[in-house]
Amino acid sequence: MSAGILIVVILGIAVLGFILGRQRALSLAARDNVKLHSLPGYYGHSVALFAAVPAFLLMIAWLFIQPILIETGVSRMIPDSVIPDGGARSLVMADVHRIADGLDVLAEKGGLSEEELSRMRADFTNVRSRLAEVGVAVGSDIPVPVLDAAREYRDAKHLGSSLMVFAVLVVSIVFAAIAYSRVRPEMRARNVSESFIKALLMGSSLVAILTTFGIVASLLFESIHFFQMYPAKDFFFSLTWNPQFRGGSDLGIIPLLWGTIYVSFVALLFAVPVGLMIAIYLAEYAGKTVRSLAKPAIEILAGIPTIVYGLFALITVGPFLRDWLAQPLGLGNSSSSVLTAGLVMGIMLIPFVSSLSDDIINAVPQSLRDGSYGLGATQSETIKQVIMPAALPGVVGAILLAASRAIGETMIVVMGAGAAARMDLNPLEAMTTVTVKIVSQLTGDTEFASPETLVAFALGLTLFVFTLCLNVLALVIVRKYREQYD
Amino acid sequence: MTDATATLSNNNVRQVGGSLLVLDERTKKRNAAEARFRRMGQIAVMIGVLALIGLLASILSNGLSSFQQTYIAVDIHLDAAKLDKSGNRNPDEIAKVTTFGYMPLIQEAIKKKMAAEGISIDGLNAKAAAELISKEAPATLRNYVLSHIDAIGTTVPFKLLASGRIDGYYKGRVTMASAELDKNVSPEQLKLADELKQAGILTTAFNWDFFTAPDASDTRPEAAGLGVAILGSAYMMLIVLVLSLPIGVAASIYLEEFAPQNRLTDLIEVNIANLAAVPSIVFGILGLAVFINYAGLPQSAPIVGGLVLTLMTLPTIIIATRAALKAVPPSIRDAALGVGASKMQSIFHHVLPLAMPGILTGTIIGLAQALGETAPLLLIGMVAFVREYPAAPPEGFFDPASALPVQVYNWTQRGDPAFVERASGAIIVLLVFLVMMNLIAIILRRRFERRW
Repeated sequence: MSAGILIVVILGIAVLGFILGRQRALSLAARDNVKLHSLPGYYGHSVALFAAVPAFLLMIAWLFIQPILIETGVSRMIPDSVIPDGGARSLVMADVHRIADGLDVLAEKGGLSEEELSRMRADFTNVRSRLAEVGVAVGSDIPVPVLDAAREYRDAKHLGSSLMVFAVLVVSIVFAAIAYSRVRPEMRARNVSESFIKALLMGSSLVAILTTFGIVASLLFESIHFFQMYPAKDFFFSLTWNPQFRGGSDLGIIPLLWGTIYVSFVALLFAVPVGLMIAIYLAEYAGKTVRSLAKPAIEILAGIPTIVYGLFALITVGPFLRDWLAQPLGLGNSSSSVLTAGLVMGIMLIPFVSSLSDDIINAVPQSLRDGSYGLGATQSETIKQVIMPAALPGVVGAILLAASRAIGETMIVVMGAGAAARMDLNPLEAMTTVTVKIVSQLTGDTEFASPETLVAFALGLTLFVFTLCLNVLALVIVRKYREQYD
Repeated sequence: MTDATATLSNNNVRQVGGSLLVLDERTKKRNAAEARFRRMGQIAVMIGVLALIGLLASILSNGLSSFQQTYIAVDIHLDAAKLDKSGNRNPDEIAKVTTFGYMPLIQEAIKKKMAAEGISIDGLNAKAAAELISKEAPATLRNYVLSHIDAIGTTVPFKLLASGRIDGYYKGRVTMASAELDKNVSPEQLKLADELKQAGILTTAFNWDFFTAPDASDTRPEAAGLGVAILGSAYMMLIVLVLSLPIGVAASIYLEEFAPQNRLTDLIEVNIANLAAVPSIVFGILGLAVFINYAGLPQSAPIVGGLVLTLMTLPTIIIATRAALKAVPPSIRDAALGVGASKMQSIFHHVLPLAMPGILTGTIIGLAQALGETAPLLLIGMVAFVREYPAAPPEGFFDPASALPVQVYNWTQRGDPAFVERASGAIIVLLVFLVMMNLIAIILRRRFERRW
């Protein structure tokens, strides 16, 4: 039974529980001629909630814990002798997974019965060619223990999923039955169902924590894997980035960081003055009509997906800069460059800077402006010498948020900045960034357990820590500033 | 502020006896600075608006032509001797004829058509003439024959796709001069295309296939469409809506109405604020590590994309919902409590319905963001070349599919310049969806939002 059907069945039990629970409450009340403590629906609710929620929780927990148990059990079956020199256990495990899937396909398409599958011997039958027939490619011949492990893995998986269906159904029915038997007119059904719902609401809010935990755990876990295979010192301090398919790669993060910071710097150099001036103009000078037209127009820029900016960089800005700037000046021939990506990213950042700064400038109390005008200052003098100093912490926060956006931005740099890891000062050369390399290392067809792939997780961790620090700093600054005038 | 007074007192050397009607040097300078500053502001606003216009103009000018496509109308004789040699109309045997078997039929048909119209171009043989028609055409023909076995032996009029270069010729991408250097098209073929156009055989029509057809290989840009991508995106949006709306609303209700002031609540709040600012690619890494490698869900499946996008959309929805809940005045809650409702009843029966327009607006805006998101989908394998439509849900959630923004990226990575047009066209489709979603959000807000 697949998970989808199981969910439908549990929901069915819950609906049935609702109807039965409600009826039982009504009939008991009629028989004993007493008043119900709560409205009849609440008795139904409490049965339905007990039927569905524990069963779903068990199902989710099972789906997460089963892979760990099977994985460790099966990986213990593989002797060290079949692990190739310089390879990792995880590589063999990847083979095991593939063979196990292949056996499933064989059973389904190849018409092999379960019995034939279990009789299949790696040293007699040519399993590899049988698998190839149904479209499952395995790299080399399969050693006996690996096939055994694959078979074990498959059996454990099948057993696990049937056990899960059984356990979940039992939990659902048992809890529903208990809840049903507890239905009495004097039972405080509303309190029961409301505290249950409150617990559910709280559980939903924990999803945010779980997500953060998932991000940190997956990044840390795979990064540790990576640092076991590749020295951390080289990763953080090497000046070359040169991944090779067959080992011996140089995976230094410095050139990527340089590209990231350079592109972000160009973007901020464009976005901060323009965005700030837009905010000032719209907040202090613009009339009602101009403001009502220009503000939404600028904010549309924030709603446009980054892939659109990427395409703009690729087909318009890049060729334009190459033909009109790079080639006449003899500074480069490539249409993807730091300047291309930086300029387009700058356009993307304008609304971030402008709308945040706009809010902050509007939050500066009118009394400060009036005081300044009263002393005879012009409007621009007031802005430069009174409003901006008062708004500065907030504006700095906005700029930091924009910087964090710029560092984490992916599509614009993938399509506009190029793929060559280079440390150069010329903004018309193609350079690459951390995010570009995360994409390129994880979208290729490389083996997952190799350092060339796992480096993406270490890059991701670096990126995550960087942006997190910037965000926290920005939030702290903005929050502190807000309290000042409240 | 002390600065301002200092500059004023330092320069306070007015000439005595000057007229109020004549501005002195210093006032002129200050007025000029004022005007300059103001102009800088205007220029900045102009830069912003121009950037928007430039962006849209570039996409529209490159992409609008993808909604038109060149077709060639020919009458093809479905020769029984070639398609069904044994003559017993057995579908299995007819299915054995590959697309190569259909090539000669097209050649024959175009030769006949040219003879009938009296068109002949020097130095152009029948094979080269047939190359005007897309390489996709034999497959179209074969599908038609397999579904209409009875048609074998008759002559059927077809409107076949013209090849990408011919299509490009009428969209200004290919010229006589560029055809000289191009091994995929010759100037003679372009001349023939012109003749065919005059004879009314070659026509341009609205490109419905662009919205329904699946992706096509590198050499057939004319056949590439968005069908699978639109379907994949729709599946993902469905998953995002179904998961993120209930979870987001539940979390917001807890945080806004029930949560006590304690460490746990603080932790949740900080987490939500930070998740909203985590780079999207990090969510892609999460999806790859947790959903694909750990939980074993299939690559390039809408379910994985939907889950990742759900996690990304949640903060947006939670922030919008909390604002909407906060906007409902406390008097509503007090009144409900006063007539004997429990706290849960006051929220679910009164506060939540009143906050609904705001919640839905936030949800639609969150969905619009999710629809345009590309980077995380690249990491979970949605760049794969998918020609098969995913099945109907729920099985279809686990089938490989593409997504609109990823399809755009995919097309920009291909060699043929015709794909740039397709990519821009796909962006236009994406933007139209986004505009529609935002319009719905604005209308919802205008019609149902209450000011208290």
